[in-house]
Amino acid sequence: MTENTTIPVLPVLIAKDFASDQEPKWCPGCGDHAVLQQIKNVLPELGIAPENIVFVSGIGCSSRLPYYLATYGVHGIHGRALPMATGLKVSRPELSVWVGTGDGDALSIGGNHFIHTLRRNPDLNVVLFNNEIYGLTKGQYSPTSKIGLRTVTSPSGVIDQPFNTAALTLGSGGSFFARAFDRDGKFLRSILKRAALHKGTSLVEIYQNCPIFNGGAFEAFSSADNKANNTVYLEQSKPLIFARGKRGIWLDGFQPIVVDLDKEGISSSDLWIHDETDINKASILAHFADDHADLEESLPRPFGVFYAKERITYEDALTSQISDAQKNGIGTFEELLRGDQSYEIKKA
Amino acid sequence: MTDTTKSTRQVNVTSKTSVSVLFAGDSGDGMQLTGTQFANTVATQGTELNTFPNFPAEIRAPAGTIAGVSGFQLQFSSKPVYTPGARFDVMVAMNSAALKANLKDLHRGGIIIAGTEGFDEKNLKLAGYPEGANPLEDGSLSNYILFPVPILQLTREALKESGLSSKEIDRCKNMFVLGLLYWLYTLPLEGTFETLRAKFQKNVHMAEANIRAVKAGYFFGDETELFANLGRFDIAPQKQHGTYRRVTGNEACAIALTAAAKKAGLKLFLGSYPITPATEILSTLAKKKKYGVKTYQAEDEIAGIVSSIGAAYGGALAATNTSGPGLALKTEALGLAVILELPLVVINVQRGGPSTGLPTKPEQSDLFMAMYGRHGEAPLPVIAASSPVDCFYCTYEAARIAVEHMTPVICLTDGYLALSSEPWKVESPDNLAPITPRFHAPRQPVDPPFLPYKRDDRQVRAWAIPGTKGLEHRIGGLEKQNETGNVSHDPENHELMTKLRAQKINQIADTIPLQTIDNGPEKGDLLVLGWGSSYGAIKTAVEQAIEQGYSVAHAHLRYIHPFPKNLEEILGNYKKILVPELNNGQLIHIIRDTFLIAPEGFTKIQGVPFNEMEILIKITDIIKELQS
Repeated sequence: MTENTTIPVLPVLIAKDFASDQEPKWCPGCGDHAVLQQIKNVLPELGIAPENIVFVSGIGCSSRLPYYLATYGVHGIHGRALPMATGLKVSRPELSVWVGTGDGDALSIGGNHFIHTLRRNPDLNVVLFNNEIYGLTKGQYSPTSKIGLRTVTSPSGVIDQPFNTAALTLGSGGSFFARAFDRDGKFLRSILKRAALHKGTSLVEIYQNCPIFNGGAFEAFSSADNKANNTVYLEQSKPLIFARGKRGIWLDGFQPIVVDLDKEGISSSDLWIHDETDINKASILAHFADDHADLEESLPRPFGVFYAKERITYEDALTSQISDAQKNGIGTFEELLRGDQSYEIKKA
Repeated sequence: MTDTTKSTRQVNVTSKTSVSVLFAGDSGDGMQLTGTQFANTVATQGTELNTFPNFPAEIRAPAGTIAGVSGFQLQFSSKPVYTPGARFDVMVAMNSAALKANLKDLHRGGIIIAGTEGFDEKNLKLAGYPEGANPLEDGSLSNYILFPVPILQLTREALKESGLSSKEIDRCKNMFVLGLLYWLYTLPLEGTFETLRAKFQKNVHMAEANIRAVKAGYFFGDETELFANLGRFDIAPQKQHGTYRRVTGNEACAIALTAAAKKAGLKLFLGSYPITPATEILSTLAKKKKYGVKTYQAEDEIAGIVSSIGAAYGGALAATNTSGPGLALKTEALGLAVILELPLVVINVQRGGPSTGLPTKPEQSDLFMAMYGRHGEAPLPVIAASSPVDCFYCTYEAARIAVEHMTPVICLTDGYLALSSEPWKVESPDNLAPITPRFHAPRQPVDPPFLPYKRDDRQVRAWAIPGTKGLEHRIGGLEKQNETGNVSHDPENHELMTKLRAQKINQIADTIPLQTIDNGPEKGDLLVLGWGSSYGAIKTAVEQAIEQGYSVAHAHLRYIHPFPKNLEEILGNYKKILVPELNNGQLIHIIRDTFLIAPEGFTKIQGVPFNEMEILIKITDIIKELQS
């Protein structure tokens, strides 16, 4: 305790202040380093004291995240980060609760929790590191691995249809979905901030490269040319334009069509205008990923906020029920023990 | 005690010490409601009481069949009772299946009140009686006092001008039976009238019709010659004056969690998933929002416990409730709670297993799972409740140990305790043991570094919850370095941490009460060592054996891990130890293993509780053998 009783000046925190004393143990070149850096960049911008931030994780490479941040953190068990975070948030709604998870953790062993968390909508910031592989157990295919991928457990190629994270999120009633890329730090940072400010479960899927077991999985979106031709960055109220301004997406009914802006007499005002509050458009965007982006004439892969529409959070709904139940006063200890069916036995 | 409904005729009233009654009928006959109402009325008289419902696993088993029989048994008495009665003295059988299913447990010479309409050709066939046989008419019940009563017909006559539909009228027949039993046991009717008026607040006709049916049953007893020889009975009240409530084991668990949170100054969080027979703990707590209780019905058993671990990390009194299959699913998360060293109350309402087993039937077969059912070295305290009211004290104690020793605690009850009820003298908050969480204070930058796994002399770490300045730290399921809590794969450190975690649990033995002898001599021929819900049956059997002059004592374990410090000494004071259990022998293994002695087991694995006679016979057999 200090003797000085003047009003404490809130220190201005910087990214470095959110680094714990533990050295990250991820492989060199792993996309997780980049994601960690952007999280550290975003945290000071939120104006939340470190003691009021908690990172919760499951199991997997990405689930080591909490150890490297100078906030509160719990590293739980495989697949169960979301229920742990929910329990924490429901009991302590004032905390900023983040979840670090991976494609195996969130979508395979934790798949049930994934869908149910999204429909309940507690105010969690979920950072889903999707590297389309199991890294920590050394290279088995994951529920987002592409069909045909050869791994130690799929020597003849994966035959399971991969999960479409965006479609799964929206189908589960998620109130926020965004996609980002480990290689695009500035954009990732902006998306993480949007996610943090969204009240409700915000799901950010980050394409994250595992150089050891699935290197190049996102090559189709990586190099400057690939990025230009195979990705479209979503901006609210802006048309969907890509390929360095040369191509756009035109919506023919429910059918998205790639058009050349200079050739086909179509101007940017005719294109699909992004509206992140439109669940139908978000669902169409989600299914862009069903295409193989490395093929000619295919749809570009969208990045950015697909959908963001706030609705009541689980903890607010519960708190409101409790306030209702307490409107005539909080139940007393005596009342609790007596119950409402008690009876008197008088002296005989 | 005065009757509110005047008798028109003088009938002899006999005083009795105690009586056990079974209401049995088809699951659609409303026997649970009838039994509950009867029990409420008995309780308010100040009579000692113990109840137990017995209903089919199916919501609507085929009507008229043995599988569809639903029963509610209760014993009320002028002296303390600990069971619903090994056998009943009176059986209400609304149909032939109810009679057939339960006759074996009726005392010879017991009373049968049979609803004759349930013994028509169709019902007899459904119950599996041979063609042409009717127990009400063929003399096969001559060892009992049989009262065939046309319950349905009499209800219809009483309610013919009620304005209700014939279906609604027929549904009131259970109230007729209730009225008749009130007459037989000289009990008042007003409490039931009040309940019915409250229940059918929006349907006055329905309330009045039900009340009329109760009265019709009462008057029938009064007016018919049928009971002239039998007369009426009176069970004198026994309870001391005071405020009472009737609780089931599940309700008691729910109240205890709320009370423990109040006492500790914590918020209660229950993460749970519905499972028979544990669900009422969740549903009871869901109605306690007035006390700030947060319940979370998770998507599965795993999310139930893990959400609670999250809440415990945040500083709540966190709990989860389940039954066997659910506990199996929670075991990995229990290991996490052990290594995180966070407080957590796990109430396991045991049922017959393995797998889905006997979902509605009690068994004590999860003791091994509670003790050992985790991977790795993961000891945790295990305690067991012995009666519906004890479910309160045991759950409260589980919360105290969890919070004060920073550990998950398993509190074992079972399907018998969960659904049984008994009167409970309302507890005063001041009489409950203090529960003191040890939260770590905020830390200034100049203070020494915060060590999350630094222990006090009980090996307990402090509770460092988010929101506390200067304590930001990371913990997890990976083995941690002593004191700092940083991830560590160091071989010696792992051994040290394993032993520290075990030592912490063992040291709980310093804070729990010593084992007592419930009844009987401190040294003698035989000690009956029980645990859990067999308390009532053992208690009653030992009482009787002592009356018969046998040298036998009863000790009942609440603390199974760690054991009370004096248990070994107590066990050494008897020539023989008998361990009755509703399983294939589990506590007996632990006793043998811990104390290197050879107790005798007595097991029952039938999905029904022990009855006192079985235990009494076993006691007398053993002692006779010892003496021969």
